[in-house]
Amino acid sequence: MAGIPHDHYEPKPGIQTWLHKRLPIVSVAYDTLFIPTPKNLNWMWIWGIVLAFCLGLQIVTGIVLAMHYTPHVDFAFKSVEHIMRDVNGGYMLRYIHANGASLFFFAVYLHIFRGLYYGSYKAPREVTWIIGMLIYLAMMATGFMGYVLPWGQMSFWGATVITGLFGAIPGIGPTIQEWLLGGPAVDNATLNRFFSLHYLLPFVIAGLVALHIWAFHSTGNNNPTGVEVRRTSKEEAAKDTLPFWPYFVIKDLFALAVVLAIFFAVVAFMPNFLGHPDNYIEANPLSTPAHIVPEWYFLPFYAILRAFTADVWIVQLVHFVTFGIIDAKFFGVLAMFGAIAVMALVPWLDTSSVRSGKYRPKFKAWFWLLAIDFVVLMWVGAMPTEGIYPYISLIASTYWFAYFLIIMPLLGVLEKPLPQPATIEEDFKSHYAAPAE
Amino acid sequence: MFRKIAISAVSALGLMTGVGLAAEGGAHIEDVPFSFEGPFGTYDEHQLQRGLQVFTEVCSACHGLKMVPLRALSDEGGPRLPEDQVRAYAKNFTITDKDTGEDRDRLPTDNFPANVDAGAPDLSLMAKARAGFHGPYGLGINQLLHGIGGPEYIVNLLHGYTGADKDEAGTTFYENPIFSTGWIKMPPPLADGQVEFADGSPNDVKHMAEDVAAFLMWSAEPKLNARKDTGFKAVLFLILLASLLYLTNKRLWADVKGKKIH
Repeated sequence: MAGIPHDHYEPKPGIQTWLHKRLPIVSVAYDTLFIPTPKNLNWMWIWGIVLAFCLGLQIVTGIVLAMHYTPHVDFAFKSVEHIMRDVNGGYMLRYIHANGASLFFFAVYLHIFRGLYYGSYKAPREVTWIIGMLIYLAMMATGFMGYVLPWGQMSFWGATVITGLFGAIPGIGPTIQEWLLGGPAVDNATLNRFFSLHYLLPFVIAGLVALHIWAFHSTGNNNPTGVEVRRTSKEEAAKDTLPFWPYFVIKDLFALAVVLAIFFAVVAFMPNFLGHPDNYIEANPLSTPAHIVPEWYFLPFYAILRAFTADVWIVQLVHFVTFGIIDAKFFGVLAMFGAIAVMALVPWLDTSSVRSGKYRPKFKAWFWLLAIDFVVLMWVGAMPTEGIYPYISLIASTYWFAYFLIIMPLLGVLEKPLPQPATIEEDFKSHYAAPAE
Repeated sequence: MFRKIAISAVSALGLMTGVGLAAEGGAHIEDVPFSFEGPFGTYDEHQLQRGLQVFTEVCSACHGLKMVPLRALSDEGGPRLPEDQVRAYAKNFTITDKDTGEDRDRLPTDNFPANVDAGAPDLSLMAKARAGFHGPYGLGINQLLHGIGGPEYIVNLLHGYTGADKDEAGTTFYENPIFSTGWIKMPPPLADGQVEFADGSPNDVKHMAEDVAAFLMWSAEPKLNARKDTGFKAVLFLILLASLLYLTNKRLWADVKGKKIH
């Protein structure tokens, strides 16, 4: 697929041409910075910049924190307190890093739901979407292992529960779990490897981010109408687009400054609001906390994990059909990973000929129900598994799967979409009167 | 349209935060209006000094404060004891010197001693290790209003004793509905008039509990004043930056957009 036609970098004779022939790095930077971008992008297209910033922020603060942190069961908790009390500015570094993870996930969820609403995953952007999902998985692994490092009670018991998921795999599960932990239980070996991987994975994410950007720079951005940029000629493309610099860079930086103002208010005035008090108690393998709760950003999937208990008929059916190989515990694990897998497969599950949800009246209702469903799952994931909560989890988890596996494929066939604008230019002109020449 | 999703996401964040919550015991925790709450709240150094006195004369009999360096007592944003007083205070405790292997008096560069003899938990981080507020419905929204409630938990616990006790397997438990199980091993530690404050501050159980809770919040979060100060500057700077970028952005796009129709 050809990119959107636009002016390219022309190296001047001399050093520019000399370098260009050997390494066209200036040309790549030029094309990236001046890429034609649909001019009708709305404010939901700012989260990419926020996410890129988060990655940088986490890497920079993380590298400095690692200079003062000791990955050993006897010293980890103490070294975090050392950072909080003795290291210059250490309290800010640690609170920025811990809350930075929350901002990272907050932004990624808005970014993902933006994609789901405007059909950003649909052809020809499937590869962008899949890489995005891989980034999300790597983020989850990084976030989880980072939470283990302070070696508080939730660190230790969270690690015990989550690595226990792998132990649920029939047959080879316990072996895999032991291999992951580096021993029969969460201990010093686990802490060491989690520290190593927590340092490594952000750079894997950085690589994936480069691919993610490369992919959507090859196809061009999606936009709120879902209508493609005209690309028969440079002149026509210019009617639908504006160069990334300065128009979108300034817009994104403005949005980033607003987001950061709120972020720093959280860091400075309520830095422990998103954390768990139990993690200020040093890890103790002999004392299990009353409720083991993951960080807020894992709760929707934690709720799905816990929703499928042994008394649910589908779990019993699967248990019977597989001759007991898939028990309730393993079913829950499959459901949790499945919940992310169905989201990753949405480019092939969405049968609609229309890309943007803006022109899909029935889809809209189902989409917003999914957004509410996600919030409900997040809330119920933090609740104890008693009373009415297991039923809420089960209904909300069922809707999550039904949306992707049943509703999305059927809607494309059953729904009559609204007329779309012919071009991005037409959409833009319907909102703004062009300035007097 | 997408404003809606932003709103739901923001409320989701609000919801989630409750997370820490469900874990603690059931009893209602009364809010205490501490001086260090809210964006501009700072520690009251006189209260911290009184709290240190309560800790030293009462709590330290069984509890340690092993994460806290003694020198921090003279730090800004703390009890601000003069350095000679800190040196004198440190001499109350001994330590086995790492280099000589011999016992000596503690110096300001040493930490408060750990104290595990009575099996009581260390209090260095206690004020951050408990949440007083959870609701409504585990959403944690009231934490936005009152803070997470660790110091409030300590205050409520200290005067939450009903007076009943029971013996189980040779251990005496005292009834205290604030404690997660309702029965706590710690005997009621404070009695009215137990500690004499030099400045004549009220020394009933309620006031002493508040003073020591404030001191424990400081020992858990000694850089609170500095953090809020830094944060205030950062937020102010970012608001200014955002305003300038807003105007830049508006002007930049004016040539493209013209007047907004709808």
